[in-house]
Amino acid sequence: MTIETSRPRSARRLVSVPPAVLGLTPFALYVLLFLAIPTVLAVLSGLFDAQGRFTIANVAALFTPDILKTFASSFWVSAVTAIVGAVVGALVCYALLGLNPQGTLRSMVDSAASVLAQFGGVMLAFAFIATIGIQGFVTVFLKGLGINIFANGVWLYQVPGLLLPYIYFQVPLMIITFMPALEGLKPQWAEANATLGGTRLTYWARIAGPVLAPSFLGSLLLLFANAFSSYATAAALISQGAQIVPLRIRAALISETVLGRSNMAGALALGMIVIMVVLMWGYSALQSRTTRWQK
Amino acid sequence: MSGVRPVGAAPGRVARTVILGVVGILFTIPIVAMLEFSLRNLAGGYTFAHWAGVFSPASTVTYAVVFTGLRNSLLLAVVTVVIILVILLPTMILVQLQFPRLRRVLEFICIIPITVPAIVVVVGLAPVYSVVARLAGSSIWTLAFAYGVTVLPYAYRAIQSNLSLVDVVTLAEAARSLGAGWASVLWRVILPNLRRGILAAAFITVAVVLGEFTIASLLNRVNLQTALVQVSKSDPFVAVIFSLLALAFAFVLLLLIGRLASDRRTRAQKKAS
Amino acid sequence: MTPSPNYGATVELIDVVKDYAGHQALTGVSLSVRPGEFVALLGPSGCGKTTALRALSGLEQVNGGSILIDGVDVVDVPVNKRDIGMVFQSYSLFPHLTAIENVEFGLRMRKIPTAERRTRAAGALDLVGLGHLAGRYAHQLSGGQQQRIALARALVTRPRVLLLDEPLSALDAKVRVQLRDEIRRIQTDLGITTLFVTHDQEEALAVADRVAVMREGNIEQIGSPEELYTAPATPFVAAFVGLSNRMPATLSDRQVTLYGETLGVLGSPRVNGRANGPVLALVRPEDLLLVPPATPGSIAATVVASSFLGSLRRTRLTLWDGTLVSVQHAVSEHPQPGESLGVRLRGNAVSVSGIDG
Repeated sequence: MTIETSRPRSARRLVSVPPAVLGLTPFALYVLLFLAIPTVLAVLSGLFDAQGRFTIANVAALFTPDILKTFASSFWVSAVTAIVGAVVGALVCYALLGLNPQGTLRSMVDSAASVLAQFGGVMLAFAFIATIGIQGFVTVFLKGLGINIFANGVWLYQVPGLLLPYIYFQVPLMIITFMPALEGLKPQWAEANATLGGTRLTYWARIAGPVLAPSFLGSLLLLFANAFSSYATAAALISQGAQIVPLRIRAALISETVLGRSNMAGALALGMIVIMVVLMWGYSALQSRTTRWQK
Repeated sequence: MSGVRPVGAAPGRVARTVILGVVGILFTIPIVAMLEFSLRNLAGGYTFAHWAGVFSPASTVTYAVVFTGLRNSLLLAVVTVVIILVILLPTMILVQLQFPRLRRVLEFICIIPITVPAIVVVVGLAPVYSVVARLAGSSIWTLAFAYGVTVLPYAYRAIQSNLSLVDVVTLAEAARSLGAGWASVLWRVILPNLRRGILAAAFITVAVVLGEFTIASLLNRVNLQTALVQVSKSDPFVAVIFSLLALAFAFVLLLLIGRLASDRRTRAQKKAS
Repeated sequence: MTPSPNYGATVELIDVVKDYAGHQALTGVSLSVRPGEFVALLGPSGCGKTTALRALSGLEQVNGGSILIDGVDVVDVPVNKRDIGMVFQSYSLFPHLTAIENVEFGLRMRKIPTAERRTRAAGALDLVGLGHLAGRYAHQLSGGQQQRIALARALVTRPRVLLLDEPLSALDAKVRVQLRDEIRRIQTDLGITTLFVTHDQEEALAVADRVAVMREGNIEQIGSPEELYTAPATPFVAAFVGLSNRMPATLSDRQVTLYGETLGVLGSPRVNGRANGPVLALVRPEDLLLVPPATPGSIAATVVASSFLGSLRRTRLTLWDGTLVSVQHAVSEHPQPGESLGVRLRGNAVSVSGIDG
């Protein structure tokens, strides 16, 4: 942005266009150094072995039953929490429809959603330990009612224990992502539906439903991606092991030999990126459909 | 503005109250649980001892690692905000002024960190950081470079939602035609109009950095979150108390962002009417 | 769609009252519309014209009065059962349906079988001249095309009443003129009773059989466009419809004297409760003449500026007492700024208003 402050006239005329482009270099350099290169390194490290020779063994190892099981667990947790988060979040958005956007209730819900969606993964783990941990508030309360939620083992510190904490940030994320779509429903559509003889049912079934579908699915994909790539909560709750993909990456980074293959972390990273790219591509395709309709 | 719309898509009072009520209660339970937990006396009953312990002078010694982590995280937050303001913000303004066609590219780049999550980036960050260590030392603040990338999507969105409402091209042209140099244009004309977006970006950056765990932990650095995990193994009460404090702090920050946004809107509405 | 003249219904609003929190939007509006008639509701924003229309459609509930369609009070009938057609100002086409699917929607709600639906919808699109765009989506169409499809959608169900809520306000000037003529033509062919809300008085006068000028929740005057223009009942109507010069005058005994001329007065005005006294005469620009300076009986004036408007000219002048007036005249006259001229009154009756009105 420091373009032509103290240059002599002739030089200024000569270099009128390039300096502006130069202004983009700090950002380009920064992103290159701290995003592009680490990502490339991460992915490439999966294609080389400990001695530095090219190999597809690591990538092939992704398809062993053990690791496939890890991906399946990740998928399962992500899918369940995404669906629950999407449905509950959509219901909350619906409940907020028609409220004054500047009103107290609405701004409180908005703030609460922003905070909880960002609620750092580690602190979320603590919150749920305090809630449904062995000595948790709810656990003790239910025990008082005669219900022992840990009758079949303490599941909080295993994969099923991730479900509730994840839903806790999925619902707010859904509210943040989906609310604009609901607000984009023009009142004229509901009114036109009524004047043409439709009922509230026909409105939701034939108009609002189809119009919201791309956005709902897009948000669902975003929630899935969010859960899939989440690390901190799992790391805090499950102190060792490789039950989901991010934890397996942790295991691979911390110990050099996983299944006797080094650089496994890179291969896992590659797998994750492929999946994330597919998810985010789907999300942006659905988003552009939504914005086209709600212009 | 208008009366009740009998045909509207809005929910009835009952539905609204039930949904918001149930969800609201379910979502406050963990927070209440944290509060309750932090007040528990191990011998039974409740006590403020844990809270007192955190705020007493002796705590800086007993919970040294937490305060180190907190200090580090705050430092990181500041440096990350600086990175955003010095690198991202000027770039966004430049693109808006000079390279409108690159806007989609910039937007895409700023969305990438969502696609390439921290857990993936961190795998490739170790070699990058060994280089950084040689150039700039291995103190904690260098981690901010990685954090800047993590917050890109949020900061970008915060600034862009402000930027897209302000016609910076016309403002800049008007200022230039009145004789302003680029520095004046930036400082006196553009930035004052972006205050809301900049503040929002700064706040959200702080919130995200304070909550970051993945990169710090896997690069073996100490920040607030890693310190809390470490402490939680020996003293879970401190961990929970700090989580509550961080939650309250983030809530205040984001409430302020919301107020900033609505202040602008209501002021504009008042002017129009 | 085969034209079947006069299948429109009679519409009556009787003493309709509508309150919003702290504010009366409609203060007892009464209006009677004949079958097949095209009535425009005209007025400034906030006058209640849109509220009246929406009350008729059922989108707003009223707090008092009756609304009769073909003699039946529909105040308690929900919107979707009133058998009306409505065209909104903008954004009303369903974005995820094609043009023809949009048009079919009302027929689908009435459970018309598919084949008949398609034919009728295609017919409606042809009626508005857009049969070739049947497969397009709203975001692929211009504003004018969207409004035509909205019109086709409203008409295809053969409603008894057609309601148009500022349908042209969001369109470009040229499109607006084309479309309003088309709406009028279709309406006349079909004979459907129509109410049309607008804030543009030129538009209202151009298309309607009768115009109801509204102000602050009620109808000030309703009449044919000519009546409103030449015989405005109140100063508000005189000022709102068409241009008016305000010239100081004296009112006495149903006549007004200004600049030495005496003119008749429209209506029976009482200004500030009195039938005599100083008033402002509202004189149309075409009721003033430009004559050479110092012509006997003329008012001395100096030209300020003259605008060429294609088929006529409008010149602004300052009279000797400082009053600014606008005179409409033939293009062949070329007044120059600073020129001295005389202004004469043609002698037609005028409206009057209070000095501050």
